[in-house]
Amino acid sequence: MTWEAVIGIEVHVELSTESKMFCSCEVSFGAEPNTKVCPTCLGLPGALPVPNEKALDSIMAIGLALNCKVAPNSVFHRKNYFYADLPKNYQISQFDVPVCLDGYLDTTVDGETHRVGIERAHMEEDTGKSTHVGEGGRIHAASSTLLDFNRSGVPLVEIVSRPDIHSAAQARSYAQALRGVVAELGVSDARLEEGSIRFDANISIRPEGDDELGTKVEVKNMNSFRSLEQAVDYEIKRQIDLVESGGTVIQETRHWDEEAGVTHSMRTKEGSSDYRYFAEPDLVPMEMGREWVDRIAATLPELPEQRLERYRSAGLEDTLAAVLSGADSPLRGLYEDAVESGADARAAANWVTGEVTAWARRNETETQDLAISGSQLAGLLALIDDGKVSASAAKDVLDGVLLGEGDPAEVAESRDLIQISDSAAIDAVVDEVLQTNPDAVESLRNGEDKVLGFLVGQVMRATRGKADPQLVNATIRERVGSG
Amino acid sequence: MPVEIDIAHVARLARLGLSEQELDHYRRQLGVILEHAARVQELEGEPSVDVTHPLGMVNAFREDLPGDSLDRDELLAQAPETRDGYFVAPPALEG
Repeated sequence: MTWEAVIGIEVHVELSTESKMFCSCEVSFGAEPNTKVCPTCLGLPGALPVPNEKALDSIMAIGLALNCKVAPNSVFHRKNYFYADLPKNYQISQFDVPVCLDGYLDTTVDGETHRVGIERAHMEEDTGKSTHVGEGGRIHAASSTLLDFNRSGVPLVEIVSRPDIHSAAQARSYAQALRGVVAELGVSDARLEEGSIRFDANISIRPEGDDELGTKVEVKNMNSFRSLEQAVDYEIKRQIDLVESGGTVIQETRHWDEEAGVTHSMRTKEGSSDYRYFAEPDLVPMEMGREWVDRIAATLPELPEQRLERYRSAGLEDTLAAVLSGADSPLRGLYEDAVESGADARAAANWVTGEVTAWARRNETETQDLAISGSQLAGLLALIDDGKVSASAAKDVLDGVLLGEGDPAEVAESRDLIQISDSAAIDAVVDEVLQTNPDAVESLRNGEDKVLGFLVGQVMRATRGKADPQLVNATIRERVGSG
Repeated sequence: MPVEIDIAHVARLARLGLSEQELDHYRRQLGVILEHAARVQELEGEPSVDVTHPLGMVNAFREDLPGDSLDRDELLAQAPETRDGYFVAPPALEG
């Protein structure tokens, strides 16, 4: 039998607000444990939550970027469950009236557009952070749990996809595209390794062609795109093997074990009704009026998929467009400014993603500290176009500009890199070389074309590489009469 | 109108270890509450007020401004067990 995997992805995005979701404790990654906590985020009796307006702005921006509708009215609910990192024994979350509903995200998989539906995006608070200590830090062998509540109450947006994903590669591509959107919006640090964006996958299998969904398993703890892809791949195979050998998939949460490359059962998942959701009585309802939605919509930046499309229509081939679109914002800005100053789009994109990026890496310079303007890059490309500097000398010019030696033309001058295209100057050097190499000239006259390279080399040496090689080539042929 | 209650399940969700006698006791008490709720639900028509949010207020937010947090030493002094600035709890997974 052929099986089809059906995958939905839940993404948790920690917002990078200054303060927490329901209290004014500072949001701060890496602070000393339990130093950013107060009665509200510790769940002490009597403490009252007050929602952070900025967090609502951010979730609306995320929703709009994912083509969602923003609900006109929304409320918070309590999700009740017991876990040591949840001090109130409930999480303030949303249930049947989330802030954002019904959107989609387009991604590109193997050159084809793949659309993933977004069921909802809702606002909630993060839990504390537990560290399991004991045998090697592994959760199954832990002997006790250390708790840090600095993260408790950090605003968290949960984005739930529809089960439109059918392979590990699609899962990865969706996750990467979503991270790109969130990073572009600037509402989160969106760092997988720090857990500020986290991906859980709901995976089930069914016989191909069936409409009914199989029992789903939730897989957690993937902290890179690679491990997400591996975990999804592993879990699909595990379920197929299980069912084909007569077993039954049970609804549960499984933990991805990066080292072993397998998933382990973590706990039997509680059904939705077990969470006993009810409307949070400490918070009043929210109304997201047209004016608020419009204000947020007006702040949305250009998103990665839109940018890619714009680069393609500017004439960049797919790979170059993708590389540039994924580049740091200062590099993209440099490209935009250079094109604005009249540079050819492809040449500018090639230099920005090639030589400029390589220079930054070589010199361990942050891209925002690169000391070159768009008009300087355009000027450099014009020098190459006009034949004033050779493509290889242009790299030296770039180095000079980036080191603050001046504009490209000044650097080319001061570093003595101007290509000699003046035919009188080249004629003189060619004549000298021909005179000192009569044997080679004789061979060339007799049709031995391979000595041409030698003679061109001699001229280039005499001019320290500054002569225009094509001009030298033509001049020699003309003088020797071998052309 | 008696309401069916899986009291053992409810106790498990609340992480309460109850004896048979206690289970029976709470099943009866919770039953009375749920029967009352069922009677309320039989009423026809929509309630005239929002029963979950009766204040009639919306959009009570705060500005995103960070403030002071608690003193850690004082905080941790309230906990039964701490280590290196952390609260210590029993292992997170159930057997």
